[in-house]
Amino acid sequence: MQTKFFMKGCDNKKMEEMIRLQGITKKYGNNLIIPNLDLTIYDGEFLTLLGPSGCGKTTLLRMIAGLDTPTTGKIYLDDEDVTNKPPYKRDVNMVFQHYALFPHMTVEENIKFGLMMKKVPAEEQKERVAQVLYLTQLEEFRNRRPQQMSGGQQQRVAIARALVNNPKVLLLDEPLGALDYQLRKNLQLELKNLQRGLGLTFIYVTHDQEEALTMSDRIVVMNKGVIEQDDDPDTIYHYPNTRFVAKFIGESNFFESDNETLVIRPEKLNLCPEYEDEAAEKTHPEPGYYGTVVDVVFYGTIDKVFIRLDNSNQTVVAYQYFDDVKRWSPDERVGIWWYAKDEVRVTR
Amino acid sequence: MQKTWRSHLLLAYSLVILAFLYLPLLILALYSFNESRINAVWTGFTLDWYKTLFQNRRVLEALMNSLFIAIISTVVSTVLGTIAAIALNRYQYKCKPVINGLLYLPILIPEIVMGLSLLVLFAQTQVPLGKTTLILAHITFCLSFVVITVNARLEGMRHELEQAAMDLYATPLQTFRYVTLPLAMPGIVAGALIAFTLSIDDFIISFFVAGPNSTTLPLYIYAMVKRGISPEINALSTLLMCATISLVVIAQILQPQHSSKNND
Amino acid sequence: MKNGKLMVAPAMLWLSIFFVIPLLIVVAVSFAGRTPYGQIIFEFTTDNYLRFLEPLYLQIFADTLIVAVITTVATIIMGYPLAYFIARLPKKWQQPGLILVMIPFWINFLIRSYAWVIILRTQGVVNTLLMKLGLIDQPLQMLYNDAAVMLGMIYALLPFMVLPIYVSIEQLDLRLLEAASDLGASPLTAFRKITLPLTMPGIAAGTILVFISSLGMFVVPDVMGGAKSALIGNLIQNQFLAARDWPFGSALSIVLAVMSLVLIILYYRALQSQEGGKADAKDVA
Repeated sequence: MQTKFFMKGCDNKKMEEMIRLQGITKKYGNNLIIPNLDLTIYDGEFLTLLGPSGCGKTTLLRMIAGLDTPTTGKIYLDDEDVTNKPPYKRDVNMVFQHYALFPHMTVEENIKFGLMMKKVPAEEQKERVAQVLYLTQLEEFRNRRPQQMSGGQQQRVAIARALVNNPKVLLLDEPLGALDYQLRKNLQLELKNLQRGLGLTFIYVTHDQEEALTMSDRIVVMNKGVIEQDDDPDTIYHYPNTRFVAKFIGESNFFESDNETLVIRPEKLNLCPEYEDEAAEKTHPEPGYYGTVVDVVFYGTIDKVFIRLDNSNQTVVAYQYFDDVKRWSPDERVGIWWYAKDEVRVTR
Repeated sequence: MQKTWRSHLLLAYSLVILAFLYLPLLILALYSFNESRINAVWTGFTLDWYKTLFQNRRVLEALMNSLFIAIISTVVSTVLGTIAAIALNRYQYKCKPVINGLLYLPILIPEIVMGLSLLVLFAQTQVPLGKTTLILAHITFCLSFVVITVNARLEGMRHELEQAAMDLYATPLQTFRYVTLPLAMPGIVAGALIAFTLSIDDFIISFFVAGPNSTTLPLYIYAMVKRGISPEINALSTLLMCATISLVVIAQILQPQHSSKNND
Repeated sequence: MKNGKLMVAPAMLWLSIFFVIPLLIVVAVSFAGRTPYGQIIFEFTTDNYLRFLEPLYLQIFADTLIVAVITTVATIIMGYPLAYFIARLPKKWQQPGLILVMIPFWINFLIRSYAWVIILRTQGVVNTLLMKLGLIDQPLQMLYNDAAVMLGMIYALLPFMVLPIYVSIEQLDLRLLEAASDLGASPLTAFRKITLPLTMPGIAAGTILVFISSLGMFVVPDVMGGAKSALIGNLIQNQFLAARDWPFGSALSIVLAVMSLVLIILYYRALQSQEGGKADAKDVA
């Protein structure tokens, strides 16, 4: 995607605050969706709200857009209290889940809509629409109706329609959810590049952990209206704070002991034969657990080895790369060991 | 093999039923062009019955009455009905069952009951029967149909579209003007056409609330039928049928095609 | 937009004034007496309802029910295959097919009954044809009897059955039938086990429409039945226009309305219990 227009210049004003959510709660009737939530979003950041459906992430996004109001709490946009401002008076724009393109308008009319409502002079409207059409490579479709376009193209129109307004923040509600896998992969990269090029603040809602890890500068993992963890993707993946995060993002093995739970990613688990010669034994830490291989599943780049631990019903999974010592088969006895640095302790 | 004879049988049966539905209407129309006044023998093609019809002052009067009543009833019921449908689509009502009852009962209750109850109302309140009472009655039975038709159209519309407009700086009024109204328009037009058709075609309710100087076309046809058979009735019925058919076809074409929904 | 909710008010007010209040007045009148000249006297009496138990009126009531049942059954038998056929037409014929079903629905009973008078009367199409062919020398008396009324009722109400059934068949997911045949069901079994149960709501809606309409029908018997074949509808019409016995007519029409309402409520209940099931299925998905 072309990004040389719309460049804001990527200077280092990264830590400037753009949105502050303060003590937000949301109730629908007697249903408490968000108990109490604080969150600050910085200028130029790609922030992802990640969580299962019903975790309150879309509600949060809609409150920032002004389509919902918090039951209590304040929302600040660029230091201005916008809590009770209607959506049409906020400098944020949204890319809706099903795009919400106006079926009775052409692509160009759709894109122009926001500018017309803001009463931007006609000359400038033309210019900005032309720019954004070029940016999103939609020029040849300008006179089409949304229904005559593919899902991927409609998605571009939705983004163009929001971007053309030069919003302070772009809100994206699962914008790739309706597209097939390959297209989604391509558009993830395009979106990330677009955001980087424009230096614009993106708030992205998704339930797809892979998407979140690929695109975000920062991920906020939510569950039942509560922020479980707020970190960069690397930390979220390698050092989950809670059981929920460890479970929701990637695969994890849990080893429970009296007062703590150890989380170890499958690729960090190492396997050795139950009985080894002394020389081999000395090359790695002593196995913490022993068990029996129950299944080995081929996954292309790895084997997933499922092991039933001795003295318990628990099954753990280890990823074995083919350059590892040996390929395992069912019913073999194995020892399981790991390096202390790969242990993550979670409290909840 | 089996499938073919089964579908042939279905085709044949359906054609017979369709013939049963349409043949009498075709015969009715056909005999409006027959020269013979008295019997069913075809004696030759003529337009005389239509000519006498158009020279008949009372027919023209009935036509004018019908059109006048239909136009006013359509306008009033479409405006009231559209406003109500938009509100019903946008807001949650605690008394929704009551509202639904008020909307659906006039459609579901036998027309004769609605007709005579309006007659009783007008008699008790001493409103003289005439065009006014006809218009009031017609608006009443058209209203529910308009609300339901417009509502069906609005229901197919995503609320997201209105939210998108608001997100793009449109005030509630602008949202209504540029998004809600244009998208609801086919539903509103269809509702208006249905109201017009119902009004111009109504016999039963009009039968109870019409006065001496407010004969509508269906009422005129009834009076003629009661007096005896004549080709003028055929001609008048044929014209009324043509009007109904065109209105139905237009309304149908304006309706969204729900089969296309299954495609995505 | 705080007052937006009030936008339903004008329509609701209208329906209250011109639908609910008149019905309430009719209820009141049905318990009133009258002078010999037809003047209504508001004194409480149940005579009008008790009069209904006279054999003459019970007979009319029974006749009306029988006609309604026969009409309903006949329209199902005639309407279902037609609705099925049109709903299964190739895509480009769908819209014309639907219009074909809609048109008779919208043309009024009066004209449609009159069409049969043209055909069946002594100098009508059928008699003329039969005489020409030499099959009869005296015209047959085909009008103004119960059979004619039955025919007229079926003809008038058939579209009321076809339309809702058409809608339910059109909405049926064809993949279900493919699944059924994949699981070894013959076309007939698939129809019995899949199509018929799933289009039952359409049949029920059609039944309600046809049954209630035939209960209140007075145009068809009036035009095609002559004086002999009276149904409740004609009886009511007579009380209001000829006999000028409004209290009795009101009582009759309240009975008619209550019967219709009971049927509608039963139908609505059945539909709701079915849709409740559907909603549950959606939640699971």
